[in-house]
Amino acid sequence: MTDARPQMSGSKARVVVAMSGGVDSSVAAALLVEQGYDVIGIMLRLWAEPASGAGPQHANRCCAPEAVADARAIARQLGIPFYDIHAESVFKEKVVDPWIRAYGEATTPNPCFNCNRSIRFGFLMQRALALGADFLATGHYARIAVTQSESASVNPDQPPVRYRLLKGVDAKKDQSYVLHVLGQRDLARALFPCGDFTKQQVREMARRFGLPTAERAESQDLCFLTQGDYRGFLLRQAPGIATPGPILNTRGEVIGQHEGLPFYTIGQRRGLNIAPQSARAEALYVLRLDSARNAVIVGPADALGVQQIVVRRMHYVSGEAPEGPLRCNAKVRYKAREAACTLTPLPGGDAQIVFDEPQRDATPGQGLVAYDGDEVIGGGVIARDA
Amino acid sequence: MATTRTIRRVYLDYSATTPVAPEVKQALEPFLTETYGNAASLHSFGREAAAALDEAHRVVSCAIGARASEIVFTGCGTESDNLALRGVAFAARQRGRGNHIISAPTEHHAVEGTLHQLQDVFGFEVTMLPVDGCGRVDPDDVRRAIRPDTVLVSVMTANNEVGTLEPVAAIGRICRERGIPFHTDAVQCPAYLPIDVEELNVDLMALSSHKFYGPKGVGVLYIRDGTPYIPTLTGGGHERGRRAGTVNVAGAVATAAAIKYVAGQRQEQAARLQRLRDQLIAGILAAVPDARVSGHPQNRLPHHASFVFKGVDGETLLMALDVEGIAVSTGSACASGDPEPSPVLLAMGIPREWALGGLRVSLGYHTTDEEIAYVVEKLPRCVEQVRRSMADF
Repeated sequence: MTDARPQMSGSKARVVVAMSGGVDSSVAAALLVEQGYDVIGIMLRLWAEPASGAGPQHANRCCAPEAVADARAIARQLGIPFYDIHAESVFKEKVVDPWIRAYGEATTPNPCFNCNRSIRFGFLMQRALALGADFLATGHYARIAVTQSESASVNPDQPPVRYRLLKGVDAKKDQSYVLHVLGQRDLARALFPCGDFTKQQVREMARRFGLPTAERAESQDLCFLTQGDYRGFLLRQAPGIATPGPILNTRGEVIGQHEGLPFYTIGQRRGLNIAPQSARAEALYVLRLDSARNAVIVGPADALGVQQIVVRRMHYVSGEAPEGPLRCNAKVRYKAREAACTLTPLPGGDAQIVFDEPQRDATPGQGLVAYDGDEVIGGGVIARDA
Repeated sequence: MATTRTIRRVYLDYSATTPVAPEVKQALEPFLTETYGNAASLHSFGREAAAALDEAHRVVSCAIGARASEIVFTGCGTESDNLALRGVAFAARQRGRGNHIISAPTEHHAVEGTLHQLQDVFGFEVTMLPVDGCGRVDPDDVRRAIRPDTVLVSVMTANNEVGTLEPVAAIGRICRERGIPFHTDAVQCPAYLPIDVEELNVDLMALSSHKFYGPKGVGVLYIRDGTPYIPTLTGGGHERGRRAGTVNVAGAVATAAAIKYVAGQRQEQAARLQRLRDQLIAGILAAVPDARVSGHPQNRLPHHASFVFKGVDGETLLMALDVEGIAVSTGSACASGDPEPSPVLLAMGIPREWALGGLRVSLGYHTTDEEIAYVVEKLPRCVEQVRRSMADF
């Protein structure tokens, strides 16, 4: 592994593995057992919208009853203790409620950041430490590298080692984007055993370990949505969150009606209720959500690009903001392409990012993550008035 | 590759369940394969089973000071509580006797859940008695709560969570004076305390075989002859019409064997376990800061120790102990990630920050001095570990 941690003295190091019953976390657990760690499996029961009516009980996709049974069976096969812990209310409070609120503020939030920060590396890390664990491992495709801090000799208060968060080896599976919220304290206690391998290799290891290799159906939906799309969910959970209003073109002319800002996101083209007489040869896209006027602003594709972005409360994995402008790459969504930019820390902890070329779909509420090659510099939430 | 952890395992959750005693297993086995008849059948196979079942009724009834006809074998302790409460409540309803039930907030879920349903679905009115700081009901409160329309009182013999013994005999005397049927859940008791329905003045009593070295899946319900009762498990006329369903003859025989088994060594074991239990309590209180015993310090089940630890999530502590191989339990079921304090501890007036950290250590016939020493060594470290992790976040 890239991660050459100092050896634990005395008895073997204890690791809690966040298990989902899926291939990645199962292989992570198996690798750690093979490497001689004292491994404990934990699965968190997360909140999902309660089923309406008499249908089958819906559960969060991360921890449906079958997934719990799978994880328990794998833990038994590996000979490790396994616990499933109820985390519904803390997940609702720290992840789902802020996600709903962010929609109410005319942004398009990504709940995975809060989940990693507050649930995996908060709630679960605390449980892991309570069980005497030295590390918390997950099945994420990302790597941690340990380097001697250059400033160690200069500043005796600096920790002697610095933890760097790197992309996973498999570029297609890399999950460093959602882990950018982690800091030095988190990384010091984190292990990502899958990060050094490709998905293909992980699958092969699953076969070698005799673990189930079947993948649960991947879904674009969020884990806590049990009844289709997020729009109905928002209306059920936060009635009144959506107020219909005008769709404006870039000249401020009303060309249609929208059903409420939470139902639109930057770059969206379909589902715009624009009057036929104003339809034109050119396709129109959502450019901006103007909460002050409760308006959706639309325009042509070439107006979508944004070159300059402000990120609120930029988080740096190293714990320290760069002293001045920094040339790096950044991406504005999980699946967006990285692009060259200059990152300038602003007073008060925000950061300004100026891309060399305009970026499509930079959406308030989504995360911007900055990279130096394979290394995550940090990231934060794109501000509304970008 | 399965590298099973080789750690010492210590079972100290005998209040949850016990291993089947060898004598019990031996008594049970022929009834699975050889004497397999249905006790309700007329033929010779049925008669063999019926004879064994009659004997099981007799043995169990003798052990609790009852008559054979007053014993009903059920599927579990919870079922016994369900049948008792609904049976008496429905009989009272049928006779137009009244609508009022008295119980306590410290009852087992089997009683609590059934009373809630009687209240919410069937329209009964339930008065919950106050309990003191040890979880004890005051018999005078029972006297005061009784109304002309009171049809049932239910107070447990010993609390599963905090071990406290309730003044059942005194409550039973009051109920008898007023002609009100009195039910007690005595599930925690038979292995460690003598129980006699005459001494306790009870009309209905629930027991569970697996709590006293019998198998899971068998309960006992004592119903004093003459107690108004309607069966809520309806069908055939099994168990003198009080619990329909083919009787688990093997389970009944095993229960009889188990009650004999515990009667033979109860006194000696209770003394031994009480000594070990007191060592455990002294060891924990000396080594863990901000620790208290919950429940009554003396007037409690002899095998039962329960603690509260300030600022500790009991469920997390259980896991930390399990990682060390120590199997214990907590009364506070954490159902949502927001640790919820135990309602029983809250009813006893224990502050919230203490009530989250409930822990029950229940000893049994196989518990050794070494096991207790191991727990006294490990538990303080686990509490410290949990507290440190909570301070970190």
